[in-house]
Amino acid sequence: MTVMEFESIMKIAAAVVAYIVFAPLLGGLLAGIDRKITARMQGRFGPPVLQPFYDVLKLLEKEPITVNASQDFFVGCSLLFMIITGCMFFAGLSLLLFIFSLTTASMFLVAAAYSSNSPYAQIGAERELLQMMAYEPMVLIAAISLYLVKGMSFNISDIAFFEEAPPGIILLPGVFVGFLYILTIKFRKSPFDLSMSHHAHQELVKGLTTEFSGKTLAMLEIAHWYENIFLLGFVFLFFSNGTILMAVIGVIVCLLAYFLEVFIDNVNARMKWQFALNSAWIVALTFGAVNMLVVYYRLFGGGV
Amino acid sequence: MSIVFSLILLPAVVAVALLLVKGDQARGVLAIAGSILIGALSIFLTVRFFTSGSMTFNLNENHEELAEFIGYAMMAIEIILAVVIFALGIKHKKYLASLLAALQTPLMVWFEFSTGKNIEVENALYYDQLSIIMALIIGIIGTLICVYALGYMKDFQHHHHDEADRRPWFFFLLFLFLAAMYGIVFSNNLVWLYFFWEITTLCSFFLIGFTKTKEATNNSFRALIMNLFGGLAFVLAIILVGRNGVLELSGLLQMAAYSPQIVTPPLILLVFAGLTKAAQMPFNSWLLGAMVAPTPTSALLHSSTMVKAGVFLILKLAPAFMMTNSSLVSAGTLAMMVGGITFLMASCAAISQSNAKRVLAYSTVANLGLIIVCAGTGMPGGIWAATMLIIFHAVTKSLLFLCVGTAEHNIGSRDIEDMDGLFSRMPRLALFMIVGISAMFLAPFGMLVSKWAALESLIYSSNPLVLLMVVFGSSVTVFYWGKWLGKMLAIVAKRENIQHNVHKEEWSSLGSLVALVIAACITFPAFSKRLVEPFIISVYGGLLTEENLQNFLLGSENLYIMMIMTAVILLLPMLFLGKSNKRIMPIYLAGAGLNDNLKFMGSMQKETEFSLRNWYMEGYFAEKRMNLIGIIATVLVMVYIFSSVAAVVFRGGV
Repeated sequence: MTVMEFESIMKIAAAVVAYIVFAPLLGGLLAGIDRKITARMQGRFGPPVLQPFYDVLKLLEKEPITVNASQDFFVGCSLLFMIITGCMFFAGLSLLLFIFSLTTASMFLVAAAYSSNSPYAQIGAERELLQMMAYEPMVLIAAISLYLVKGMSFNISDIAFFEEAPPGIILLPGVFVGFLYILTIKFRKSPFDLSMSHHAHQELVKGLTTEFSGKTLAMLEIAHWYENIFLLGFVFLFFSNGTILMAVIGVIVCLLAYFLEVFIDNVNARMKWQFALNSAWIVALTFGAVNMLVVYYRLFGGGV
Repeated sequence: MSIVFSLILLPAVVAVALLLVKGDQARGVLAIAGSILIGALSIFLTVRFFTSGSMTFNLNENHEELAEFIGYAMMAIEIILAVVIFALGIKHKKYLASLLAALQTPLMVWFEFSTGKNIEVENALYYDQLSIIMALIIGIIGTLICVYALGYMKDFQHHHHDEADRRPWFFFLLFLFLAAMYGIVFSNNLVWLYFFWEITTLCSFFLIGFTKTKEATNNSFRALIMNLFGGLAFVLAIILVGRNGVLELSGLLQMAAYSPQIVTPPLILLVFAGLTKAAQMPFNSWLLGAMVAPTPTSALLHSSTMVKAGVFLILKLAPAFMMTNSSLVSAGTLAMMVGGITFLMASCAAISQSNAKRVLAYSTVANLGLIIVCAGTGMPGGIWAATMLIIFHAVTKSLLFLCVGTAEHNIGSRDIEDMDGLFSRMPRLALFMIVGISAMFLAPFGMLVSKWAALESLIYSSNPLVLLMVVFGSSVTVFYWGKWLGKMLAIVAKRENIQHNVHKEEWSSLGSLVALVIAACITFPAFSKRLVEPFIISVYGGLLTEENLQNFLLGSENLYIMMIMTAVILLLPMLFLGKSNKRIMPIYLAGAGLNDNLKFMGSMQKETEFSLRNWYMEGYFAEKRMNLIGIIATVLVMVYIFSSVAAVVFRGGV
């Protein structure tokens, strides 16, 4: 092993460890800020910024009950794979591998809900599957588009630090808009919070999470924090090109994107599932696919 | 050469023996012994391959008479079969089948006596890495299905006890099928390939019509007619290739390298034949119709043999696509467009199905479409993905079919809705099914790895439209597998365990297949290194070295990550699943539950049992609509490509 190789491995290890340790802290903090902003938008004072952490700590102390012996296993696996997915992202592995791994993490959650055989949980699980079907084309299109403009590599490290091209956003504005659109689904924000919602007034009991309690619910919350961080990381990829300036801009845009999602959440009520599926696919086909085709033909020439 | 010959002949001999044997026990012994022998011979061939490499067999040097005899024997059998089809078509008033038989066989005989006999076929048989992979699939999975069929057909006969016992005929067809499949994967002589191709068509015709109900007869003729169209295209392709003095598959591929214009028409015809056999739209209805047959038939047709013959042929032709794909009117474009449309529309149609076998059928059609898309790219990455998909699909799908067959015989239904609480009623079977379903669509398992490779190779295919079809199709796939998986995982209270009724043969086949699925998911990097990569290098001749092949494949570090993930995902449930020391509480039923997870207090104080149903989205993914869109789109593609080629051929001459 050469010194260079050793250095790069250490860098990857540091990134992964930093992600595992800091992502939940950052994610929880963002959730706290989210609740504060939401409260202000609704004319309330809102809970302290650290409230999500207090909530999780409280959940951990609840009486350990469950509806069957296997549900907790699936939620635990979902958390584990959410962490693994994030590690793949920050280790700079393939973007496609990352997307597929995310699907597996989500499937574990769906499995947990189904295993309870509870009517409310099952409706939530089916809606979660619907949401996956709605957002996945756009996520894949975003990955392929980034591949095309970033020197034909799916490796996240190559995409993030590719210096020979302008930031992805310059060539991929449509894809970026499309990605922001489906980010609302991924962040579980209204109008697309079909499978589980933070807004009690529009929820079917508690959707996917109906049968979760105590530690199980805490695990889910933590998984959510991990997930939100790497989703923002995906947004960052549209801006990053290895320079410090673009990195700063990228972080600012990530925060703005998060604020935008909170805002959308507060000005919308939950829509029907048909709207989620139709609109997500239409956005993927118009903003996403058209933009992708443009960069595709720019690269490979007009003749098929 | 003797191994290759015996692999083709042995299943045929076993088949004839099974036709003559009447007793249950004798049949069991014979079928199991035959299966073991066939499997062992396939493995032996693999070992031989690893010690001495690919082989071609020249019969002309010292077996000229033998080759001639085989040629005449095949022709005689073809003529007899054509007469049989003609007569059956008249008898059942399916005149189209008669017409097609009356058209293609005389055409073939005429060709052989006029042109064919003057062309010297140097290497009639061969085997390479792909043949070895196929031989292993046929020899292991095919025979496991035959063993499973022993138990299954006992039940079947029990359910149909008022009918004559026609099991000898059934097992004859199964083993003959295997023989024909070996013939397809070892033949380099196109005429021989065509012969075995037609045998599989005939076998599937008789297998689908096995129950002799009106529906079965109709469906069997539909399969026959569609496949005869493919057979006709095959004959025309042979005639076109023969006009250039070539009758060998390898010769055709060589010709593609230096005169792509000449090979385009026959390539397109051969791809068309492959598309019919692989049940691509607009021909997918024959495979859906084949679901009326006993389940081992479906498994054999779908997973290891019949449909794999179609994709095998297209995959063999893949290197030629690269030479001709520069123009829009090419065999590669035909394969990619039809495969892509089929993948998308069949995946969508699978959502609306509640019959488990139909879900599997649509998923098969879709996956074959994906394999054909990958082969159609003609790129090394595409060939890698297609080969891997063939392997993983064969093991996983046969497992799922056999699981559904066993469930059907024990719960009396093949409807997914009736599999409610299967985890409590037949825990082991449910577990097997869960393994199969997960392996079909989840990371880090093999099918998904192949899909990932497919996406990467498609980017270079100069056909972004197909790329988009695959993107949307794979998202849809997650939905229909996800909801079935969920149904399997649901733990329903108070269900009686009934899995002791399952036959021993069924368990041993199912267990072996589960082991194979898991083994394939863990060891596939080795498969890739030892068989698939050398295959790709060999088919591209000097164009590709080992180093630049790696640029087309998923990086090996990615494969190792997948392997580790697979190990984790297998280990976790063994350690933790089902172990909880929490207090178990009843589920929430809006406060009206009766604390047994089954009933709630309805209006008028009436105890009511609740039931949960899956989501089929008829408004979006109605089967009829999906088929209609797919058929119109694929027919348009075919009409466009065929008319363009015809225009070129008849204006300029070939």
